[in-house]
Amino acid sequence: MQVHSMHFKARVGEKLADKRLQQNLKKLSTKWVSGRASAILELDDFEGTRNAAKERRMRAIENLDVWLDTFEKKATQQGATVLYAESAEDASRLVVEIAKKHGVKKVTKSKSMVSEEMALNKALEAAGVQAVETDLGEYILQINNNEAPSHIVAPVVHKDKDEISDLFARVHKRPRLTDIPQMTREAREMLRPQFLSSDMGVTGGNFVIAETGSAAIVTNEGNEGMCTILPPKVHVVVTGIEKVLPTLEDFATVLRLLPRSATGQSITNYVSLLTGPKRKEDAEGPEHMYFVLVDAGRTSLVGTEFEEMLRCIRCGACMNHCPVYQKIGGHSYGWVYPGPMGSVLTPSYAGIENAVDLPQASTLCGECHVVCPVKIPLPDLLRKLREKQVEQNLRPAAERFGMRIWAFVARRPALYRLATKIGVRFLRMMAGKGKTISSLPFAGGWTDHREMPAPNGKTFRELYKQRR
Amino acid sequence: MRVGFFHTCLIDMMRPEIGFSVIKLLEAAGCEIVVPENQTCCGQPAYSSGDRKAARALAEKFVAEFEEFDYVVIPSGSCGGHVKTHYTDLFSDDPAWLARMQHLAPRVFELTDFLYNVVKIEKLPGEGKNSLKGPVTYHDSCCGLRELGVQEQPRALLEKAGVAVTEMKDHRQCCGFGGTFSLKYGNVSAAIVDEKCKNIQDSGAEAVVLGDLGCMLNIEGRLRRTGDNTTRVLHVAQVLAGDA
Repeated sequence: MQVHSMHFKARVGEKLADKRLQQNLKKLSTKWVSGRASAILELDDFEGTRNAAKERRMRAIENLDVWLDTFEKKATQQGATVLYAESAEDASRLVVEIAKKHGVKKVTKSKSMVSEEMALNKALEAAGVQAVETDLGEYILQINNNEAPSHIVAPVVHKDKDEISDLFARVHKRPRLTDIPQMTREAREMLRPQFLSSDMGVTGGNFVIAETGSAAIVTNEGNEGMCTILPPKVHVVVTGIEKVLPTLEDFATVLRLLPRSATGQSITNYVSLLTGPKRKEDAEGPEHMYFVLVDAGRTSLVGTEFEEMLRCIRCGACMNHCPVYQKIGGHSYGWVYPGPMGSVLTPSYAGIENAVDLPQASTLCGECHVVCPVKIPLPDLLRKLREKQVEQNLRPAAERFGMRIWAFVARRPALYRLATKIGVRFLRMMAGKGKTISSLPFAGGWTDHREMPAPNGKTFRELYKQRR
Repeated sequence: MRVGFFHTCLIDMMRPEIGFSVIKLLEAAGCEIVVPENQTCCGQPAYSSGDRKAARALAEKFVAEFEEFDYVVIPSGSCGGHVKTHYTDLFSDDPAWLARMQHLAPRVFELTDFLYNVVKIEKLPGEGKNSLKGPVTYHDSCCGLRELGVQEQPRALLEKAGVAVTEMKDHRQCCGFGGTFSLKYGNVSAAIVDEKCKNIQDSGAEAVVLGDLGCMLNIEGRLRRTGDNTTRVLHVAQVLAGDA
C-alpha cells in the first residue's frame, strides 16, 4: 500500500473539523475502553498472563528462523505449501501466481491487514481476478470505492449507521434500511452468491502454529469459514513471518488476552485452527492450502532496539486507548497501521523519512504501554524513533536550532539564571495587566488554542534568595 | 534528614509561589531543605525530543548536584518520572555513571509520594487554611501515574488536609499537553484538553488539583481561552500547604 503519512498534519486538521467523525470516534472510549476494562477482570491473574504471553511471543521472535523452519516442515507434512515473500509486492505476486495456476476467477477474502500492506486486491484485479472482501467492515469499505480501513480490528469504526444505510441503499439498489440486523442480513444476501461462486479463499492468520503446521484464525463473523471450507478449492493464508507461535499452548495463552484486549470479549465467536488441505476422510475443506509468509521489513527489526514490536498481536488496544487516535481516527496516519503501534510500524516498514510526523504525534502519556497485552514499550519505541530522526537530521531546522540553544543554556547555570530572569520579565510584559497572554511569537501552536498563564515576573530562584 | 529540592524549570519561571508551598510542606515534615543554586532542567524535553546527547549532559549535571542528599524531592511527576525511570537508560553504556544513578534513584521522590510514603506526614499545614469552599477534583498526570504510581498519595493527603475530593470522569486520561506536542500539534492537543476541561466542569468541583505544571498551564490556558474564569487550577502543594 502506498504511504501517505507525509500528509499527516493536513489530514489531522480535516479530521478534527469533521463533526460526524468526532461523534463516531466516541465509540472508542464508551465501548472498547470500558469493554476491555471489564473483560480483563475475568482473569484471576491478568498481569501473570500478560507476562506469560510476552515471554511466549519473545521465545518465538528470538528464534524466528528455527520456529519458521519447524512450522514449514509440519505444514508441508500436512500437505500445505509454504512460501516466503521478502517484500509486500513479492507476496502479492505469489498470490496472483497461485490464482493463475488454479485458474481462479474469483477470490473471497476474510480480514487481513497484511493483505493491505500487499495491496493485494489491486494486484488481483490487475491480473483479472475479482477480489471480494467478506468481513462486514471490509465489505462496507470495498463497496465504498475501496476506502482504506481506519482501525486494525474495526476497520469501519469511523462511520456511523446512517452513512452505512445510505451506502447500502445506493450500492445495493434496495430500499434504505436502518435496523442493524436487517442491514446485516442484506449484506449477507449480497455475499452469499459470492461465496458460492468463489474459486479461492484468502485469509489472514492471527498466528501460525509451529508444532502442528496450522493457521490460527480468530474472528467474529463466520465469513472466514465460508472463505475456506465452503466451495473454494484453494485456501491461501497470508500473514507476517513474526506471527509464528511454537505451540498450541502458546496460542492458548495469547488467546486469553487477544479478544479481551481487542473487543472486550472473553472469546470471539469463532476460533479456527486450519491444518492442511482436505484429506480423504474429511467431509469438507480446500483441495490446496498455501501459506504466504511475508517479511516486508520484519527481519530488519530482529536483533534491534525495535525487536519488541514484533511480538504485537494486533489487538488494537493501543489505538483504542490513545488520546491522539481518539481525536483523529486512523486515516490520518496514512498507511496500513494507525495509532501508537502504527506510528512505530510505519516508519519501520515504510521508511523513517516517509513518516516523520508519526513518532512525534504522541503525548507519550504511556497508556498504550499500560494496556498492551504483550507489554510492548510503545512510548520508548516512539522516543527511539525520535532519536533516529535527530541523528538523521530529519527534524526541521528551527526545532533543531531551538533545542540546541536551550540545551546550551541549560548546561550553564549562570547563563540559565540570566536567561530565565529575562524570559519571565518578557512574559510578564506581554501579559500587561492581564493574568494570561493571548498571543506569543514562536509559540503559535500554543496560543492559537490556549491562553498562556502569565508568570509573576520573578523566578523562584530570585524570590528564594530574597527571602533568605 | 537533608532534602535536596529540585524546583523544576516551570515552577521556577511560571509559578514560583508553588515552590514556597513545597518548602512549607517539607519544613512541616521536619526536613532540612537545600535548594542547589546551580540546578536548571532535568533534561526531559531533550530526551523526549530525541536529543540523547543533551539529555545525557543534563542528567550528569543533575546527578552531580543532587547525589549528596538523603532524599531528592521533585514537585512534578513528569520531571520525577524522568529522573527516576529514564536516567538509567541514558547511563546504560557507562558503568560508572550508572552506578551513581542506581545509588541515587531510590532516594528520588515525587512530592506527594515523599510526604505520604517516606516521611508519613500526619499534620498538614493546609488543614482548614484554604479558601476553598467546595470539593476539588484530582487530575492524574501521566508520568506521575504511570511511571511513578502516584495516585493514592495525593488523594490521601488531600483528605488528611480536610479537602473533599470528587472524582471526574476519565481522571487517568492525558490532558493533551505532552511537552512539545502541545506546540507541534496544538490543534490535536486542544481537542484532547477540551475533553479534560469538560470532565472537570462536569464534576462540579470548585478546583482541579494536579501535580504537574505542564498539565496545569495546559488546562488553565484552555479553560481561560474558552471563557471559564471561575474553575481554579491548583498544584497539590498549594492546597496541602494552605496557600489555595
